[in-house]
Amino acid sequence: MKTLKQTKIGAKAKVVKVHGEGAVKRRIMDMGLTRGTEVYVRKVAPLGDPIEITLRGYELSLRKADADMIEVE
Amino acid sequence: MSMRIALAGNPNSGKTTLFNVLTGSNQYVGNWPGVTVEKKEGKLKKNDEIIVTDLPGIYSLSPFTPEEVVARNYLVGERPDAILNIVDGTNLERNLYLTTQLAELGIPMVIAINMMDVVRKNGDNINTDELAKALGCRVVEISALKGDGIIEAADAAIEAAKAGQLTHRHIFSGAVEHAIAHLEEAAVHGLPEEQQRWYAVKLFERDEKVIEQLNLPQTLLEHIEVDIADVESEKDDDAVSIIINERYDYITALMGRCYKKKNPGRLSVSDKIDLVVTNRILALPIFAVVMWLVYTLSIGTVGDWTVGFMNDTLFGEWIIPWVTGMLEQIGCAEWLVSLIADGIIGGVGAVLGFVPQMLILFLLLSLLEDCGYMSRVAFVMDRLFRKFGLSGKSFIPMLVATGCGVPGIMASRTIESERDRKITVMTTGFMVCGAKTPIVGLIAAALFDGGAWVATLAYFVGIAAVVVSGIILKKFKAFAGKPAPFVMELPAYHAPIPANVLRTTWERGWSFIKRAGTVIVAAGILIWVLNSLSFEGGFHYITEEVGGASILEVLGSVIAFLFVPLGFGRWQAAVATVLGLVAKEEVVGSFGALSSMADADWAMGAVESMDSSLSIIGQEFFGGSKLSAFSFMIFNLLCAPCFAAVGAIRREMNSAKWTWAAIGWMTGFAYAISIIVYQFGVLFTGGFTLWLIPAAAVLIGLLYLLFRKNKYELK
Repeated sequence: MKTLKQTKIGAKAKVVKVHGEGAVKRRIMDMGLTRGTEVYVRKVAPLGDPIEITLRGYELSLRKADADMIEVE
Repeated sequence: MSMRIALAGNPNSGKTTLFNVLTGSNQYVGNWPGVTVEKKEGKLKKNDEIIVTDLPGIYSLSPFTPEEVVARNYLVGERPDAILNIVDGTNLERNLYLTTQLAELGIPMVIAINMMDVVRKNGDNINTDELAKALGCRVVEISALKGDGIIEAADAAIEAAKAGQLTHRHIFSGAVEHAIAHLEEAAVHGLPEEQQRWYAVKLFERDEKVIEQLNLPQTLLEHIEVDIADVESEKDDDAVSIIINERYDYITALMGRCYKKKNPGRLSVSDKIDLVVTNRILALPIFAVVMWLVYTLSIGTVGDWTVGFMNDTLFGEWIIPWVTGMLEQIGCAEWLVSLIADGIIGGVGAVLGFVPQMLILFLLLSLLEDCGYMSRVAFVMDRLFRKFGLSGKSFIPMLVATGCGVPGIMASRTIESERDRKITVMTTGFMVCGAKTPIVGLIAAALFDGGAWVATLAYFVGIAAVVVSGIILKKFKAFAGKPAPFVMELPAYHAPIPANVLRTTWERGWSFIKRAGTVIVAAGILIWVLNSLSFEGGFHYITEEVGGASILEVLGSVIAFLFVPLGFGRWQAAVATVLGLVAKEEVVGSFGALSSMADADWAMGAVESMDSSLSIIGQEFFGGSKLSAFSFMIFNLLCAPCFAAVGAIRREMNSAKWTWAAIGWMTGFAYAISIIVYQFGVLFTGGFTLWLIPAAAVLIGLLYLLFRKNKYELK
């Protein structure tokens, strides 16, 4: 399974499914990371975590641990 | 007829600006019951029959963050007459997600698309007629910043409330709509018709709070479960995900019809700024420069000058002497003059002295927040701080607290996650602030020949206390169970709006004066009573002629035994510690006054110049023991902060229980570290007391708390 965490900086990916459960999953999906969404991995923070992505016309930052729950293609 | 309009929208959608324009100065700022979420209400400028409630900025109506719970309870429980949904036109797609949820509530709604000036400038196009037709409600174009369309939006909301017209709500796929219709029929049929939809969708999502509230019979719940499970197996997904996916599918389709972007993929000005500001190499240096500026302006030069002016000149040289002189002239009793001048005005002065400094800090912080840099701070520092149970944004409170803990604690306001904010408030006071440095200077001069390493070590102890406390606290149950995923929007940079910045600055400053003021004044009076009255030879006020041990001295002797295990069991040390609660630098003065020199000013002056005459204090109160003095210093650096800081903690926690928890934690932690340092110090220098056994137990306990597995950690 390829996840958003493994997606290289500067690359685009398409969300297949958000794994996990409960509040964390809900929050990630609430922010627009739903099935079929195009995501662009913009950059990584200076200390190596979190990452910044562009989706639905805005910028979102999330930790790599959470990005690992997002299956992409 | 009075009417209530709720302002709802995403964070960074310009809600605050709109609220300020709508209500002007007609505002009331408070807290929502039970949480530290700010509640703002105001009367409409041109019609004071209309009450506008500014709901917290939220992304969704799910029941997880305190902001969401507050907004949801208000909308569902209080049912305002209309919702004015503010939507950021430059970020339409994600903003409409909340709109689809608000539309289900069965409350008349008007959509105000904000930042239309920017949308037009970018050459983008929003087809508001199409949007209005699809959503079934009025859509008004506004620019809260420029004041365009505001009156129209307010009027539209009033009209919608009067007409009671509801929005269109059918947005899900056939199977889901079918199940929801079924749920409406089976479970929520007894509710008013307009409310059924929202409850049915929530039941479909298995929302625990709604299930609990509706109190449905078990058989019905099982029946509902069959419906939900059917859809889930058909769609091969869980109910919550199905709903969220379909909402966004609906929005994506709607966007295709209503929104045309002129230059897709072109970098905006904000994107270009961000390329530099959060650049992998430049981000940290830029961060350091910004922090240096915040520190220098608020705590360093300007802030320091204002505190000096307020405390020493305004209160010290002008107000207090003037009041004293006036009271003496009208023949007030000596004790009453002292109570008013030293106890009450001194206490008020201690509060007001911090206010200008705090206003400068708040001004800088709201500038950083308003322009969008604050969320970049969290982005840059997150990795480092989350190891200690803190947020990336905890850096600013900690930095500011090296100047003064009061604004430091108040600066924690910018941390969204309640858990991170509480841990930050509980640990910020450990930092060595400006008022604690005289204690460090005293101990260094009195027993360590003024060694500079004592100060270095003191700062290290403060930082270590923050880190260790953070790691220990985050494993407690009270801080677990509230998941705080770091999924954070990085809003586009924009020029700060002066009116917003000034208003935020003033609101924060004023709320400190009100809340902290009461705590500090009461505490100031209490300490005055303890310090100025005596029971010796009949209850009386202590003067130069009629002396006697003050109540504080008696109390000091009573509690001194508590400090025996820490190596400083003399009553003077206990008194100095208690007086340190008024202001930490008081510790030095009270030692001076209680020593054979009997002169507080001498001690204060000697600390400034690191005078070796201070060794008198070392001899008289610590028996010349370096270890005792060091243990005393650690305890006073870490234990309960001064009353002003306690007042700030009370303000930020917004709960007596949590305030006591914070004070208890700090004092307990200080005691634990001091007993360990002293008793093991004695052991390593060839001595032994029975107190080593509890000290060892405390050490093992601390290590256990520090290294135990975090069983509440979310995976």
